[in-house]
Amino acid sequence: MSLSSTSLLRIYTAAGRMAVMEQLQYRAANLMFMVHLVIEPVIYLVVWSAVAEAQGGQVAGYTAAQFAGYYMVWTLVRQFNLSLSPNSFHWRIKEGRLAGELLRPIHPIQTDFGYWLGFKVPQTLYWLPVAALLWLAFRPELSPEPWHVLAFPVALMLAFLLRFLLLWGLGLVCFWTERVDGVFESYFAAELIFSGRLVPLEVMPAWVQNAAAWLPFQWTFYFPIESLLGRMSASQFVSGALTQAAWVAGIFLLLQLLWKQAVQHFTAVGT
Amino acid sequence: MLRPLKLFGLFARISVLNEVQYRANFFMQVLQSGLSLGTGLIVLNVVYSYTDTLGGWSQAELLAIYGVFVLMGGLIGSLVIPNMWAFMEDVREGRLDFTLTKPEDSQVLISVRVVAIWRLVDVVLGIAVLSVAIARMGLEASWWLAFAFASTLVMGMILLYCVLLLASILSFWFVRVWELMEMMQSIFQAGRWPVGIYPDWLRLGLTYLIPVAFAVTVPAEALTGRLTPQLLAGTFVFTLVALFITRRLWMLGLRNYSGASA
Repeated sequence: MSLSSTSLLRIYTAAGRMAVMEQLQYRAANLMFMVHLVIEPVIYLVVWSAVAEAQGGQVAGYTAAQFAGYYMVWTLVRQFNLSLSPNSFHWRIKEGRLAGELLRPIHPIQTDFGYWLGFKVPQTLYWLPVAALLWLAFRPELSPEPWHVLAFPVALMLAFLLRFLLLWGLGLVCFWTERVDGVFESYFAAELIFSGRLVPLEVMPAWVQNAAAWLPFQWTFYFPIESLLGRMSASQFVSGALTQAAWVAGIFLLLQLLWKQAVQHFTAVGT
Repeated sequence: MLRPLKLFGLFARISVLNEVQYRANFFMQVLQSGLSLGTGLIVLNVVYSYTDTLGGWSQAELLAIYGVFVLMGGLIGSLVIPNMWAFMEDVREGRLDFTLTKPEDSQVLISVRVVAIWRLVDVVLGIAVLSVAIARMGLEASWWLAFAFASTLVMGMILLYCVLLLASILSFWFVRVWELMEMMQSIFQAGRWPVGIYPDWLRLGLTYLIPVAFAVTVPAEALTGRLTPQLLAGTFVFTLVALFITRRLWMLGLRNYSGASA
């Protein structure tokens, strides 16, 4: 890939604008999608607030209000780490779309990345009123210092980049087999348990925490969420962000190898 | 009353014959159901590691709720939801015309056409979880308990059928309603936990808008001896009202349907 950075930027803007326009078309669908997105953390929050109350105030260092803060930031992090479903590769191959995309002079991951980056713009706008309602309903406790607020976007973008690369790479499984649902479901089950998506990792039993340390998942949920809660020291943040970056670099390199293999394996379908 | 059942039997037989050709799908479903059961049980265990009761429900009783949740999810997933998808697809593609010209009640026809038999794996798993929960609760079996549980389970299923069909009926007016269906399915997830723990505004929604409370919590209440005859009667009345409203809206929607084929 020998694209200059300005032409890459143009590709991202074009693909991103497409995502924005698509999202603005389906407003009712977007509203329902927001409910779909928010109901998940609300369930977790209600359960863990109830447990905290039964425990006399807190669970693993989290009070009910701090759980509210965690799941509140969760909704924004979720908006940002939302990426293409690995299943879309199945559809792309079956419908013959990929055959066309491969003929273009740019890597398909570039347009995908631009598209999902643009997707964040309307989604963040839709998120604002939802966040306000959640705030009123659950009164979260958030106490970030100014530098946390400035550092958070870095963790957020790295989380998006990492999850985007992970899911894109996972999607390449579709080049080899059509029975992909089992693979994807296993992946998402692992993500649910080891990422902090379900509960803050401190609440989880020791074996989950130990395993999570070796897996990429917590860098897409737990770490960016925690970075805005105001409990993290500066050095913790820096080492966390560096770990995120290392994962991004590692997965990126792996993806290069995998992509070469995948394309060689590809059988074009369609016209 | 017998005729819909006979139709259901007929279509179920065809579905089974169709599906047993693809046996690998069975193993896929076992894997998926196993994964979601596994994660569900892990979550329950994490909760148990901190507290013995949640919203007045003991550990074994919470397990019973989870069992009903899995069971109900399997029933709806195999008997109701596939029919709703097929119906919405028909409206979009204009194939509903063929259903409407058949000499049977159209609402019955679109409601019993498909049985996703592999999803019944969840029914089996749900019953297994329930059995463990019942054994742990040291439940004394009685006719009243069995009757209360079975009837609330059936009514819960009918209520979920009603709201899912109501959502699908909207496709007569707005062709694209699958987001609504997806949203309702994610709201159903709230049923893993007793609805009593949710704040009032949410509990009202989970009771009357999307009746997760009636579908999961009430049967679990019946099983754990919490169900009063009044609540049972109330559930019955609510089910009748929901069936009536659904029927009226179905008729209204049909009148609005103009066909998209030919």
